[in-house]
Amino acid sequence: MSGIKRNRRSKLLKERVPRHRAGIRKGKSYVRRAGAGAVAAFFAILFLLPIVLTVTNSFMAASEISSNYGQVFATSDNGGKTFIAEKVNLKFIPDMVSFSQYITVLLKSPDYLFKFWNSVILVGPIVIFQLLVALLASYGFTRYRGRLKEMIFFTYIILMLMPYQVTLVPNYLVSGWLNILDTRWAIWLPGVFSPFAVYLLTKFMRRIPVSVIEAAQIDGAGEWQIFRRICMPLCRGCMCSVAILIFIDYWNMVEQPLILLSDTAAHPLSVFLSKIKREEIGLAFAVATIYMVPTLLVFLYGEDYLVEGITCQGGIKG
Amino acid sequence: MMRMQNISGMKKAKMKKKGMRKDAWGRRLSFAFLSPSVMGVLLFFAVPFLVVVYYSMIDNPISHKFVFLDNFISVFNNSAFKQAAYNTLTFSVVAVPLAVLLSLGLAMLLESKIPFKSQFRTFFLTPMMVPIASVVLIWQVLFHYNGMVNDILGLFGADKVDWLKSEHAQVVIVVLFLWKNLGYNMILFMAALSSIPKDILEVAVLESANAWQIFFHIKLRYLSSSLLFVTIMSLINSFKVFREIYLLTDDYPYNTVYMMQHFMNNTFAKLDYQKLSAAAIMMAGVMVVIIGILFLAENYFGRDVEG
Repeated sequence: MSGIKRNRRSKLLKERVPRHRAGIRKGKSYVRRAGAGAVAAFFAILFLLPIVLTVTNSFMAASEISSNYGQVFATSDNGGKTFIAEKVNLKFIPDMVSFSQYITVLLKSPDYLFKFWNSVILVGPIVIFQLLVALLASYGFTRYRGRLKEMIFFTYIILMLMPYQVTLVPNYLVSGWLNILDTRWAIWLPGVFSPFAVYLLTKFMRRIPVSVIEAAQIDGAGEWQIFRRICMPLCRGCMCSVAILIFIDYWNMVEQPLILLSDTAAHPLSVFLSKIKREEIGLAFAVATIYMVPTLLVFLYGEDYLVEGITCQGGIKG
Repeated sequence: MMRMQNISGMKKAKMKKKGMRKDAWGRRLSFAFLSPSVMGVLLFFAVPFLVVVYYSMIDNPISHKFVFLDNFISVFNNSAFKQAAYNTLTFSVVAVPLAVLLSLGLAMLLESKIPFKSQFRTFFLTPMMVPIASVVLIWQVLFHYNGMVNDILGLFGADKVDWLKSEHAQVVIVVLFLWKNLGYNMILFMAALSSIPKDILEVAVLESANAWQIFFHIKLRYLSSSLLFVTIMSLINSFKVFREIYLLTDDYPYNTVYMMQHFMNNTFAKLDYQKLSAAAIMMAGVMVVIIGILFLAENYFGRDVEG
C-alpha cells in the first residue's frame, strides 16, 4: 500500500510542474525557467565551494599551502612559525599537483590509519544498534497509543534537544558508576540509546496506514510478525536515511571522546582533525579528504534512500 | 495520510470477539518493544537530567548543602550568562526562521521546471558530508580580513571587514548554519510539496486564484506539519553549530558570538557544576515552552488537512 503510494509520489516528483502552469503561460515560462536555473546554479556554487576547495587543496605541496594561507593562521598562532604572505590566496587549482600530503598521511606514520580505524570501531556499532533499538521503540510508540506513551515521546523530544554540554557532567557520572569510563562503552552506550533515531522512525512508522496493520492482525499475525514482516520492510528507505544521518553525526563527533576517553590513542580521527596544528594545515586538507571518503561512499550508495527516506518525513502527522 | 477504517462487518465482528483479550496483551507487548530504548534513555539521558536538577539546588558537590534557588539567582545575575543567553536567542531567532524560509524557497525553486534538478539536489546536500574541521579551515580562509569574501565585496565598493573579530561574526555563523542545513531542510519541503494533491491545485487555478493565494491558502496548509518538523530539526541543528563556532573562534570569542554553549563549556572547565546545572535547567525550560508553542501552532493551523 505504502509502497504503491511512494511510487506514485516519486512519479509526481518527476513530473514537477502541474500541467496547467506549463500550458497557460508558455512565453513567460521560458524566461522563468532560465531565471530559476541561474538562481539554483548560484546556490549550488556556494554550496560546493568548500568541498571543492578541500579536495583541490589536499593536492598542494606544504610550501604552496603556507604561501597561500600563511597569514590566516599566523595571526592566531603565537608560538609556531610565522609565514609571511601579502595576501590570502584562495586557489582552486594547485600550481603543481603533489601527493606529498597523502604520502605523509598514509605511508609515513601509521598514526592516522590507527585513528581512522578508531573512528570506524566507534561509529559502526552505534549506527547498527541505535537503529535496532530505535526500530523496536518506534514500533512500541506506534502501536496502542495512549497518554502515557505520548508523554514519554514528548520527553524524548525534549531530551533529544538538550545540547551536549548539559548532559555532559551527568553522563560522565553515570559512566563512572557503570565503570565504563575510558572504555569505548562510554561512547557506545549513550550513542546507542540516543532518542534521535527513535523520533525520526516513530514519525515515519505512524504514517503506515492502520488498515495495513489491522489486515495483518485479522490474518492472525502476532505483534512480532507485524513488526518484522510489515513495519520493518515498509521502513527500509527510512531506516537507510536515518542510518546515514546517525553516521554523519557520529563520524564527526568531537566532544564525547575528548571527555569520556582519556587515552588519546583511542581517539577517532575527527578529534585529531579538530586539533590539528596550524603548521600542519596542508595535512589537514589531505586528512579531511580521506576522512570524507566513507561519508561520500555512504552518500553515493544511499542518496536515493536518503531522499526517499527523508521524503517519508514530509507532511507527517505526529 | 488516509486512514481507511472501512473493515467489512464480518471482520469487525471477528475482531470484537478476540478483541478485548488481544488488546490488553498487545498493549503490554508494545511496551516490551519500547523497553530497551526506554531503559537506555532513562539510564543515559533521563537519570542524568535528574542529577542535573539535584546539582542545581546544592551549594557544592562535597558538602551537598541544599540551597534551593540560590544557584539560579546567581546564574541569572551573571553577566556572561546574560550575554550568552541573549546571543543564543538572537542567533536562533534569526537563523532558524531564515533556514526554514530559504529552504522552502529552494524547494519551490527545484519544484519548478529547471534542468539538472537531481544534480542540484545532490549539490545542496553535499555540505552534510564535509568534516567539520575542514569546514572550519575553509571558513577561516574565506572570512579572513584579506580573504575572498572581503575581496568580492570590495569589487562592489564595500569596506573591508574583519569578520570573525567584530560584530559581523554573527553573520558568519548564520551563513555557516544555513550552508550546512539548507539542503536537508529543502529535501523535507520538496517531499511535502510533492504530496499536495494536484487536483486541489488545479481547481484553484480554474477558480483563477493567483500564485500567492495558492501558496498561502493551499500549500502552506499542507506544509504545516513539515514546517513544524523542519523547525524542530533546525532548532536541534542550531545547537550543534556550536561545535563549528567553537573551532572557528576560541573559548572566549568576540562578544556577539559568545553562545550559551560557550558559557556551559567554560563553566564546565571551571568545574562549577552547580552553575552549569542551573543554566541547563533554565535552557530546558525555555525549550519546553518553545516546542509546546510549536505543537499548539501546528495543531491549530494544520487541523483541517489530514497531511
